[in-house]
Amino acid sequence: MASNPKDEILHDHNHDGIDRRGFLKCMAWAGTGAFCVMQGGVLKSYSLSAFSGLKEKQMKGELSFVQISDSHMGFNKPANTDVAGTLKAAIDKINALPKAPSFILHTGDITHLSKPEEFDGVDQLLKNASAKDVFYVPGEHDVIGDDGKQYLERYGKNAKGAGWYSFDQKGVHFIGLVNVMNLKAGGLGSLGKEQLEWIESDVKHLSKSTPIVVFAHIPLWSVYPEWGWGTDDSAQALSYLKKFGSVTVLNGHIHQTMQKVEGNVTFHTAASTAFPQPKPGSAPSPGPMKVPAEQLRSVLGIRDVNYVAGQHALAVVDSSLE
Amino acid sequence: MKRSICRLGIAGLVIILLMVAGRAKNSGFTAMEEKPPAEIKIDNFVFSPSTLTVPAGSTVRWTNHDDIPHNVVSDDKSIKSKVMDTDESFSYTFAKPGTYNYFCSIHPKMTGKIVVQ
Repeated sequence: MASNPKDEILHDHNHDGIDRRGFLKCMAWAGTGAFCVMQGGVLKSYSLSAFSGLKEKQMKGELSFVQISDSHMGFNKPANTDVAGTLKAAIDKINALPKAPSFILHTGDITHLSKPEEFDGVDQLLKNASAKDVFYVPGEHDVIGDDGKQYLERYGKNAKGAGWYSFDQKGVHFIGLVNVMNLKAGGLGSLGKEQLEWIESDVKHLSKSTPIVVFAHIPLWSVYPEWGWGTDDSAQALSYLKKFGSVTVLNGHIHQTMQKVEGNVTFHTAASTAFPQPKPGSAPSPGPMKVPAEQLRSVLGIRDVNYVAGQHALAVVDSSLE
Repeated sequence: MKRSICRLGIAGLVIILLMVAGRAKNSGFTAMEEKPPAEIKIDNFVFSPSTLTVPAGSTVRWTNHDDIPHNVVSDDKSIKSKVMDTDESFSYTFAKPGTYNYFCSIHPKMTGKIVVQ
């Protein structure tokens, strides 16, 4: 990275010097995956090709973790006939990271059709990851037919409501949210009253200097409501997080990387490990996008996030499966 | 003795053949009376036609042509299909007149309406 600063995507939230060129470039990287380091409040993104140039300080956070998303186990259409193979490639990528992550966040659509064997397949593959702990939130494909009963039995034993929960790691407060249940006709993703009240009480006792990471399947910002890429009541959830200096929101669902900074909050969507989806509005529908077979892994990815205490940013690096 | 057994056998066969023929005729008759279901296609995350008007007693069949699964759920949740993967269908017979608003509970932006007269 240092050797090629033009490739660096930095959100220098600390000094209010958001690099517009870098930000746009980041948007242009849609789907290539990222490495994230939390430094003093904002996730910083680097392309993985620039990994070798990363400063040691940026790589040596107190905490690093990986986000994967949308593995869609069971999908077998032309856009990717081997989703198990690409998930395995994602795990190989995780295992090859210069620093082993503390844990993995899976931001939903673990399966394609909520079938038991699909959940089993993902569980089995993830056993080979260097990080043993995996924290999940459900996607709409994980709660099909049973209102999320099976999902809760598998992953939500210690969770509240439809599967939301929080935990702390190295001073960072993580909040896993569910916005794929009880969806209303014509609406977007939804958190619901009960979960919103829980969020408010969950963060009440925290000091404003606590870095917050929120993760949920459907984006918590309005990416493209015409395709349902947003959450109806996300603004209220974020209003409870206003006092915090550093809020990082990690989502999946749209199968491409996007980033946005709004006040104290940085939003990131992740690439899928299964198949890409079109850029907002660029196709008749958000259905799976078929790319030439040799290009598929370049549009799938993983995301590595790193937190350095005392610095005011989380750094994010998205990397493709190539 | 041998002959009478043979005769009985032939008589039995004739009766069976008559029964089969009768049944075939019967089912053919029923099929002619039944109207084929009204079709709704799911393409590119859209129900089409989005509004369908049918007489009471009609059967409506939805077929998913997307690479992504969809379902059909009425707003009041009284109708709930199984999930339809690619090229799978769901049929429902509307006995009573009324307006039935429905959506895909996986992709709630997808909405439609059946008007039963």
